Amino acid sequence: MTVLEARGVSKAFGQVAALRSADLRLEAGQVHGLLGENGAGKSTLVGILTGLQAPDSGVVAVGGQPVARLTPGSARALGIACIHQQPALVPDLSVAENLALRLDPPRALGRVRRDRWRSRALDLLERAGGGVDPDTEAGALPLPLRQRVEIACALGSGARVLLMDEPTASLARPDQERLLALVRSLRASEVAILYISHRLEEVAALADRVTVLRDGATVATLPAGPGRSGPHDVAGWVRLMIDRDPPAGHAAPATAADRGDGIVDPRPPLALGLRAIGCRAVGIQDVSMDLPAGRITGLAGLVGSGRTGLARILAGLDPADAGTLEMDGRKVHARTPAEAIALGIACLPEDRRRHGVICGMSVAANLALASPGRVFPGGWLRAQAERDLAGHWIRALSIRTPGPAAEVGTLSGGNQQKVALGRWLATSPRVLVLDEPTQGVDVGAKAEIHRIIRDLAGSGMAILLISSDLPELLSLSDHLHVFRAGRCVAGFPGGSPADVVMAAALGVEAAVARPPGEDAP
Amino acid sequence: MSTDLRRARPVALVLGVLAVILAVTAPGFFSRAQLAPFLAGTAPVLVVACGMAVLMVTREVDVSVGSQFALCSVLLGLLLGEGCPPALGIPAAVAAGALLGAVNGALAAGLRLPGLVVTLGTLAIGREALRWAREGRFVQDLPPSVQWLGLGQSLGQWALALAALAVATAVSLGLQGLMAGRWVHAAGSDPAAAATVGVPVRRVTFGAFTLLGALTGLAAALNVARFTDVDPKTGAGLEMQVIAAALIGGVSIEGGRGGILGVSLGVLLLAALSPALVFLGIPPEWERVLQGAIVLASVAGGTRRAPGRPTP
Repeated sequence: MTVLEARGVSKAFGQVAALRSADLRLEAGQVHGLLGENGAGKSTLVGILTGLQAPDSGVVAVGGQPVARLTPGSARALGIACIHQQPALVPDLSVAENLALRLDPPRALGRVRRDRWRSRALDLLERAGGGVDPDTEAGALPLPLRQRVEIACALGSGARVLLMDEPTASLARPDQERLLALVRSLRASEVAILYISHRLEEVAALADRVTVLRDGATVATLPAGPGRSGPHDVAGWVRLMIDRDPPAGHAAPATAADRGDGIVDPRPPLALGLRAIGCRAVGIQDVSMDLPAGRITGLAGLVGSGRTGLARILAGLDPADAGTLEMDGRKVHARTPAEAIALGIACLPEDRRRHGVICGMSVAANLALASPGRVFPGGWLRAQAERDLAGHWIRALSIRTPGPAAEVGTLSGGNQQKVALGRWLATSPRVLVLDEPTQGVDVGAKAEIHRIIRDLAGSGMAILLISSDLPELLSLSDHLHVFRAGRCVAGFPGGSPADVVMAAALGVEAAVARPPGEDAP
Repeated sequence: MSTDLRRARPVALVLGVLAVILAVTAPGFFSRAQLAPFLAGTAPVLVVACGMAVLMVTREVDVSVGSQFALCSVLLGLLLGEGCPPALGIPAAVAAGALLGAVNGALAAGLRLPGLVVTLGTLAIGREALRWAREGRFVQDLPPSVQWLGLGQSLGQWALALAALAVATAVSLGLQGLMAGRWVHAAGSDPAAAATVGVPVRRVTFGAFTLLGALTGLAAALNVARFTDVDPKTGAGLEMQVIAAALIGGVSIEGGRGGILGVSLGVLLLAALSPALVFLGIPPEWERVLQGAIVLASVAGGTRRAPGRPTP
């Protein structure tokens, strides 16, 4: 029996389409796996099914009846519950109070029934796996137990549909197993479960059916199930997740080795070497890699694999507590951002931080911020030097702004990114780290950013490119490293087949991802 | 400079209107005999407000400036009473203020405590320390040599006003011309982003608290010079006066934005309100009401104009 269905659902954020006519059907008493790369549209789909986001087109149907305007409240009333990666509980209230807050009707003058809340919480928590005292403050609970409270809440609301977004991502092994057992028992009680996970073995062991999303569209819904989905199915899923045409506009990987002049330089000089770098604060261990001058080094991995952590180490924001950095054969330190800048390491943070632009300051002040020596010679501002610097980068990167004095906050996102990039290029860096430079950027702007990255590498800069867009990474990078769980687990030459790289990022055996007898595309 | 001018425009407009009303209805207000003491009395407030503006641009606030002001005033009064020459006493007052500010700064930046909480504490401690030490006694009979900028001497009063103007100009130029000025704006506008480009955010916070303390010490000296004795309860309510002036002058309570020009005009506007009401024959009870209304109006106007704040 179909309890929740999305038919032809589309959703765009600005010019970026997150979902293109996606379909999904959840049946009672079944676990439905939802697979897809970062940015394939999984979270957007969950947002639409829980009423957090309204689809631009398409239909959401509950129990066969189309629902016109799903809101978080009406979704809950219809029996749809979601277990988030980061449970949203009120930290200063007890577990029992948190449950009451969500389960009882919101009446300002409703009475506090401590004993009833407590016994209900006890009962629900027991069904969700136990081990939680209803009187503890929610903020004092470790993450796995907070998640258990969320599940208890879903049980208490009589949910018929449970959406689970990476529920085991932050759990240790025994907690994972307990959660999987719980999912099975919920299935037995006729709940429909949508299970999103990057851990494909888990999905294979658990799911009755699997839907693969790619670029916001449903590419396949396949039967699965223990015994039915073997390793070959997992390999097939991986191919479905990543198989797509490379973005238009570039063919072969750009190698500095034969860039233009025909002179082949097989071993370019090393701009920066990482030797067994580790940092507890960002959960990175034993990372070694070379960043050669004039080359683009790619960094692949799932969100949370430690890619951004490595960028923070190189930027001096979270200095390494193990290993060494090497430059010109000497050991160097990047213990503060100022030290990193002095070494010639520039890091463009990801879009979530607005790439690090300071919105309340002018374009010129932002561009000059990392190069004080040029604009404040002898300590005092030389307005002409600042105007020249700003003018230069506004032209060089074609930043669209009313003028150098305009506040950066008034520019479009793409132009803010260019301001951030210009700020770092103004420091004449030897190493440029780019964290998701094309995330949420439309196709035209993407091509422009790709061109800029190639030009910079061509000018001799060493580039470390972090991206979730695997085809982009494969086509731009001369060499590619794959991160998983804070470690560098594999390295590939540019232009390697995407499924092999993806398998390494997911931790599936490459031999499994590629069935015997099948050659690289 | 242009953004400074733009931000100061609303307060300049209101101040201009008030000046025109006064010029028409009470031209006596602009006589030298009226203007000199008015400006001399405003000078200490302006000096403190400059420091407060810098601190507020870093997204912090200090509500203990009133007690710092009183501590420095009493210290200076006692030193002068002991026969210490003003050339030594005034730097001592500035140093004492800087020390008090540095304590606030160390607590706020070093322990990452909110400045409001820290300075609520130091406000109470400072006031209680004074009450315990002085038991309400004034520091009296300051030697006449101290009154070198004294009351009644029109020349001395102009000198006080000019000293405050010089401080405001210096702070304004520093905010615009020094890298540290950029740091102040960057740290207040988006501390996380500022850290990525090597802005020493916590040192900036510490420095702004210390600067405010030093300027408060200087303001105390400018105030002591006007009287023959020192009230240990002096400076009560000073914090609200200067915070209000900063807000009126276009400093954002959320940090990142603000300039000294607007703040200076804000100080003048608030100070002119009381004599203006007297000249216009409006009951003085209306002064606080008007002050509050002006602060609300300028803050409401400011938020409407501020574009593109990063959402946390």
